[in-house]
Amino acid sequence: MIWSDYIWPVVVIAAQSVLLLVVLLVLVAYLLYADRKIWAAVQIRRGPNVVGPFGLFQSFADLLKFVLKEPVIPSGASKSLFLLAPLVTCTLALLAWVVVPVADGWVVADINVGILFIFAISSLMVYGIIIGGWASNSKYPFLSALRSAAQMVSYEVSIGFVIITVLLCAGSLNLSAIVLSQSDGLADMIGLPWLTFLNWYWLPLFPMFVIFFISALAETNRPPFDLVEAESELVAGFMVEYGSTPYMMFMLGEYVAIVTMCALTTILFMGGWLPPLDIPPFNWIPGVIWFTAKTCLVFFFIAMAKAMVPRYRYDQLMRLGWKVFLPISLAMVVIVAGVLQVTGWAA
Amino acid sequence: MIQAFFFYLFAAITIASAVMVISARNPVHSVLFLILAFVNAAGLFMLAGAEFLALILIVVYVGAVAVLFLFVVMMLDVDFTELRQGFLQYLPVGMLVGVIFLAELIAVVGAWVIAPTVVGSTASPIPDMDQVSNIEAIGRLLYTRYVFFFQAAGMVLLVAMIGAIVLTLRHKANVKRQNIAVQVARTRVTSIEVRHVEPGKGL
Repeated sequence: MIWSDYIWPVVVIAAQSVLLLVVLLVLVAYLLYADRKIWAAVQIRRGPNVVGPFGLFQSFADLLKFVLKEPVIPSGASKSLFLLAPLVTCTLALLAWVVVPVADGWVVADINVGILFIFAISSLMVYGIIIGGWASNSKYPFLSALRSAAQMVSYEVSIGFVIITVLLCAGSLNLSAIVLSQSDGLADMIGLPWLTFLNWYWLPLFPMFVIFFISALAETNRPPFDLVEAESELVAGFMVEYGSTPYMMFMLGEYVAIVTMCALTTILFMGGWLPPLDIPPFNWIPGVIWFTAKTCLVFFFIAMAKAMVPRYRYDQLMRLGWKVFLPISLAMVVIVAGVLQVTGWAA
Repeated sequence: MIQAFFFYLFAAITIASAVMVISARNPVHSVLFLILAFVNAAGLFMLAGAEFLALILIVVYVGAVAVLFLFVVMMLDVDFTELRQGFLQYLPVGMLVGVIFLAELIAVVGAWVIAPTVVGSTASPIPDMDQVSNIEAIGRLLYTRYVFFFQAAGMVLLVAMIGAIVLTLRHKANVKRQNIAVQVARTRVTSIEVRHVEPGKGL
């Protein structure tokens, strides 16, 4: 009774979580490598090429380096909060993956408010930065923490409205249901049902797709919105006083959050695990591979944005968030709701 | 059994962190304990089967309101030993507010016990759980039966927002602001003038 009701489900969930975490962390290690290689290629450099063939083991060498260094806690810092901040960042970033469906039914917790869960987690991510910046007891980290608090709260608003437009179309807050709601749509209307990539929400909601991508950059503090770190003004932002393992956990949390945003873009706008063309050999490939491929594609765009775009000024960042994205996304919520109601497409 | 265990766990942490909110020496620690209390209250909502309310509590209170609290508290430079000196002086007023609040809470909860029919008049019949999800049930209730209250609440918030802006808005005369439309509309003709300069003379 107790075995089948409580212990066995916990064992299954733990096994699934460990598997997901291992795959995710290895993927993050190689995305980090890819990030550096793409950045280098744009600038006609070689990038990491020493550790292992083509530098493929660079991320693991970095991991060892961080773990083996001595952590330094500045005197005058709030010790417990100083160490809590990187833990919060890292744990929350990994926690979001519990609801991400990587293929049909491949999800640790298929809760019916999945999208809200990820949104809640991403709104909590700001705490790692604020706590870390404050606990360091130093000027630059503190300024960085204040900046990031304003920046992340601002862009959450437009991300929220973008998510609402997708929810209006999908009629559910469950991430698997959102993906499955993209299995029919425009392609069926024009009579070419095998062109399944036309069914996905990136096409009918294209302005929201663009706003979501840019807001995701701002939400995860990626360039051109990396004012939190802004090394030319704030040295390294909230991470100035951090070194060794705590620094690594900040960095890991940041990259996992970026991959989460890529996965969320894939689920909301690019059909999740669905194949782009419903003809052989495309529909022979398992869904998890499509999901990974699409997530990596979005990450490629994020890496290219880092390489190509100069950093925003702070007032421009706020203007973009509050005066451009917020009105557009608010108007789109009304328009999408109106169109769905008039045409009767609402689920 | 497991529900009871988690209920007592969440409830105990909520109360303990609520006590810490008012007893912590450092105001930033107070706000962080407040956040812990919010998160555990969300856990209690989750146990009650109100997963939408639980996550909205986290998004709104923890993700936005508490961030702004923390933002303000971190920037305040207040000597808190000084603030504590008037503690005994304000104690009677605080006790009075606390007692009134407690009495009201007892009155609200007591209504359920004394007059069970009250429940029927306040709760609106909603379809069963197997027909609609929580979110749909809340949406149906909020946007049909309580739509005017909902709109009125929105108006109150709007007025508060406008009030805050009016109180803090100051027009400074000598501040140069960036006008993006003007910058984009600039052309070569409007911004550059080619002057022919004679050698050895200057303009």
